[in-house]
Amino acid sequence: MWSYVFRRVLMTIPTILVVITVCYLMLHLTPGGPFDTERKVSEAVMANLQAKYHLDLPLWQQYLYYLKGLLQGDLGASFRYADWSVNELVAKALPVSLTIGGVSLLISVVIGVLLGTVAALRQNSAIDYLVMLIGNLGSAFPSFVIGPVLILVFALWLSWLPSGGWQDFELRYMVLPMALLTFINVSTIGRVMRGSLIEVMSSNFIRTARAKGLPTRTIVLRHAFKPALMPVVSVLGPLAISSITAAVVTESVFSLPGIGKLIVNGASNRDYTLVLGLVVLITVLAVLLNLLVDLAYALLDPKIRY
Amino acid sequence: MSLLQVNNLGVEFQTGDGPVFAVNGVSFALERGQTLGIVGESGSGKSQTVLAMMGLLAKNGRATGEALYHGQNLLAMKTAELNKIRGNRVAMIFQDPMTSLNPYLTVERQMTEVLQLHKGMSRRDAKKRAIELLDAVRIPEAARRIDMYPHEFSGGMRQRVMIAMALLTEPEVLVADEPTTALDVTVQAQILALLKELQRDFGTAIVMITHDLGVVAGLCEQVMVMYGGRVMEQGSADEIFYRPTHPYTIGLLGALPRLDHDTAELVSIPGNPPNMARLPKGCPFSERCSMADARCAAELPPLAPAGAILRACHRAPEHVMKQGEAIHG
Repeated sequence: MWSYVFRRVLMTIPTILVVITVCYLMLHLTPGGPFDTERKVSEAVMANLQAKYHLDLPLWQQYLYYLKGLLQGDLGASFRYADWSVNELVAKALPVSLTIGGVSLLISVVIGVLLGTVAALRQNSAIDYLVMLIGNLGSAFPSFVIGPVLILVFALWLSWLPSGGWQDFELRYMVLPMALLTFINVSTIGRVMRGSLIEVMSSNFIRTARAKGLPTRTIVLRHAFKPALMPVVSVLGPLAISSITAAVVTESVFSLPGIGKLIVNGASNRDYTLVLGLVVLITVLAVLLNLLVDLAYALLDPKIRY
Repeated sequence: MSLLQVNNLGVEFQTGDGPVFAVNGVSFALERGQTLGIVGESGSGKSQTVLAMMGLLAKNGRATGEALYHGQNLLAMKTAELNKIRGNRVAMIFQDPMTSLNPYLTVERQMTEVLQLHKGMSRRDAKKRAIELLDAVRIPEAARRIDMYPHEFSGGMRQRVMIAMALLTEPEVLVADEPTTALDVTVQAQILALLKELQRDFGTAIVMITHDLGVVAGLCEQVMVMYGGRVMEQGSADEIFYRPTHPYTIGLLGALPRLDHDTAELVSIPGNPPNMARLPKGCPFSERCSMADARCAAELPPLAPAGAILRACHRAPEHVMKQGEAIHG
């Protein structure tokens, strides 16, 4: 098992390297540079700036400089926020995104699995239709539509919550963004759980369990729940990753100082190191999440041994 | 009072194309230690008959008639009441041992839960008893293997586990739905010998569903031949085997490969099993029957006594036997 984890971690190195390289090239291929502004800068200042950030060197040398820093855990200095290193920027923004994304994913798993289970066991009942409705709404409407609707209802009409912004992890500012992410995640998890439990409940081994005279509660909890969870576990990885990328939208909608906001600013400012640093971070997170999902599989399914 | 008395059992499914009558008017009685064989092709209604008895029909299915276990009608019971009988006094083995055991639970968990539920045993005692039963069905190193998962057993071994699981509570009736169909021929013989032996030791009555007439000949005292959801012929195994008087039974027996005949050719009944949603008006077998006439196609023959057996056929037994000999030798 541990040798499997070790091998998997080793295998991520080429993946991350490819992602960095492609991203690096794409950033430098886009026209314009980090110091192109409307205001004219004198030639000498420009040359100084270029030299400071190694922008005067050939691309491959810049690339090697970057990798060298990365190996030492240094994502470099931000081109735009002059007094900040990328590490500092990330350290400030990541907790915001992780809290909102992580907590909402956790809540979504509990609610989604619960709703999906009830819907599967009471097929074609009111609760089943509700779960299907949430599932369809959540997948049909993008977050940049649902988000503003939430703001409209809860911030503007009812004035219960602030329409956006951030104040040092104060709950009032986190409720709406979390609600948005939770709604979208529950729609997926609920739908997957419902479908998989319905399928498991009609399988041969559940018929055997019924033939043994077991009460429905035992059949569901002991015999059906675990196999039904497998597809849920496999969507959790992509769901968590899409929560991170969705942060680009949600954090703009609610003006949160998370990594989604950073990446948008970084990209529009041609802040090479900032964007690259965030891409590296997200890639590492994605790889780790996939590894976690694979390990969860082994934990749930006795047929899988690493 | 019989151990198990089934009266006029019917199974009806609600489908998008209207109701489908999968089983009609099945009746039989089973005594302690006896074996009844239910024979027929796929879709003849043999499995649905026993699934109805066990309360295991699909959601759109409904059972009519009676299935009396010691005089209690299983079909009219609430699930909670039925759960005291099924898996306890009436147990079932399924066709496909590869999918009928839960792949996510150890054999130990799947076996002990039966005893904990029906006998109120502790898990530790239940495990001891389960190991005894695994020994009885000759699973080597049962004490070690009981903690394994089903995928760590071969197909034949899994069916042994299923049988051991069904026998844990020493049921009075064992319903076996094609227990050997998914297994290799050599393993089939072992499983059948095992069932026979266990029946002798435990005095269990068996309802054996099969499409394999060899299985019936070796195991059953009574035989019921089904086609298109109806009983074609019913009686003692000797009568049905050695003096078959129904064209369908004769066809089935003719389709058995025989080693004592020179012809290497496999004989089959021409045509396909009927579409249950569009059965002919008359005898369900009439479309494929070589002896059918206009009356067979128009009028459903009732299941009526003929000598020692029951048969559903318009043609006289003597006539059918004579023609059958001419065709099959």
